[in-house]
Amino acid sequence: MIRVVLPAPLYRLAKIDRAGELAFDVPAPVTQRTVLDAVEARYPVLRGAIRDHDTHKRRAFVRFYACEEDLSHESPDAPLPEAVARGDEPYLVVGAIAGG
Amino acid sequence: MSGVRVLVGTKKGAFVLTSDEGRKKWNVAGPHFAGWEMYHLKGSPVNPDRIYASQSSGWFGQQVQRSDDGGRTWEAVDNKFAYASVPGTHQWYDGTPHPWEFKRVWHFEPSPTEADTVFAGVEDAAIFKSTDGGKSWAELPGLREHRTGSKWTPGAGGMCLHTILIDPAKPDRMYVAISAAGAFRTDDGGKTWTTITKGLHSGFMPDPTAEIGHCVHRIAFHPSNTDRLFMQKHWDVMRTDNAGDQWYEVSGNLPTDFGFVVDVHAHEPETVYVLPIKSDAEHYVHDGKLRVYRSRTGGNEWEALTKGLPQENCYVNVLRDAMAVDRLDDCGVYFGTTGGQVYASADGGDSWNAIVRDLPAVYSVEVQTLT
Repeated sequence: MIRVVLPAPLYRLAKIDRAGELAFDVPAPVTQRTVLDAVEARYPVLRGAIRDHDTHKRRAFVRFYACEEDLSHESPDAPLPEAVARGDEPYLVVGAIAGG
Repeated sequence: MSGVRVLVGTKKGAFVLTSDEGRKKWNVAGPHFAGWEMYHLKGSPVNPDRIYASQSSGWFGQQVQRSDDGGRTWEAVDNKFAYASVPGTHQWYDGTPHPWEFKRVWHFEPSPTEADTVFAGVEDAAIFKSTDGGKSWAELPGLREHRTGSKWTPGAGGMCLHTILIDPAKPDRMYVAISAAGAFRTDDGGKTWTTITKGLHSGFMPDPTAEIGHCVHRIAFHPSNTDRLFMQKHWDVMRTDNAGDQWYEVSGNLPTDFGFVVDVHAHEPETVYVLPIKSDAEHYVHDGKLRVYRSRTGGNEWEALTKGLPQENCYVNVLRDAMAVDRLDDCGVYFGTTGGQVYASADGGDSWNAIVRDLPAVYSVEVQTLT
């Protein structure tokens, strides 16, 4: 099971009851692209909220972390760390801290 | 029993305010979409329980929410706004070319005849149409591809298409306004557009009477005469009697003619409301007094409406989509402020009461007359 943590506004947007982790299976290879594809397939309302609809480029104020590393600028097709693929560590979608 | 439903968009959520026709006692529901910027909500004239809402965020982009029960529950519908052709560039603030990029929906205008048809005015300026209740959106590219499009420039709030007026008798005729490109009219349902800026004068432009570049803040008409439009421009309150072919100024005795909102009484086509703002550098009301100005003569002669409104130490703004009128026999007038107050008048503006005082900054106010 892959574990994914979303920013709180996206839980509310997707009408996910608990502001905790998502957990679901992702077929190999486990990459940022396949994980986010799976998130958007389960919650279509999130299409366009994390990545651009067509280019799948990360939105400017969204970052991706895992295992205490910033993966925001890594290739979306690079394998995620083994600890994420095993479900030991979550994949974090984070809203940038900025005023507002 | 008749009543009204006021739809309020704020910087941090949406609120639905309801009352009977007395408009004295109000029920306040919300916030809906807490924490999100709600630029605009508007109901269908065909089915008042159908409401469209623009939900956006600098972090997570645009969402379109739809209610089919008068704002009690909501469903996210399609949020993909793709320009119909390679957008190219418009002018940036410094006059250099800048790519056209979708940012948000500023305004929804539901069709007067079809509940599933709705238009969206967006930033960067373009008009989109949905014929399936917001489940999919297609641009009407004739506007963005207008021969002047590459010369359009953003206003301080972005290059937004913020006003859409649909002629209820001739739905193929529409007017739109864009900050800071100007105003346009279509007579063929949005295929082709004509600039309607003759007579406008904007001192911040190298050529003050140029066809393009006027910062139009709002246009309004009375549905009984859609050739007569009233405009609140950056500076100047303007009027046309021939569908925008020629404008003339009707600022008259206003204390300042800068402002954002303009609207027309529901039953008196020559009764017009504006809310003067001190200046473009000081986005708050003049002299610390919150005053709506009413003209019963279609402009030029204005009277201050102050009863029930703060007349000292008030420094709020009223943004362009934040005034509306209802259609009850005694026309109600509503506006919201950047200080979070929503004021209502049940007597055409003679007296005012705050429905709510402490919302987040109000972006938009629309009212539905329920029968």
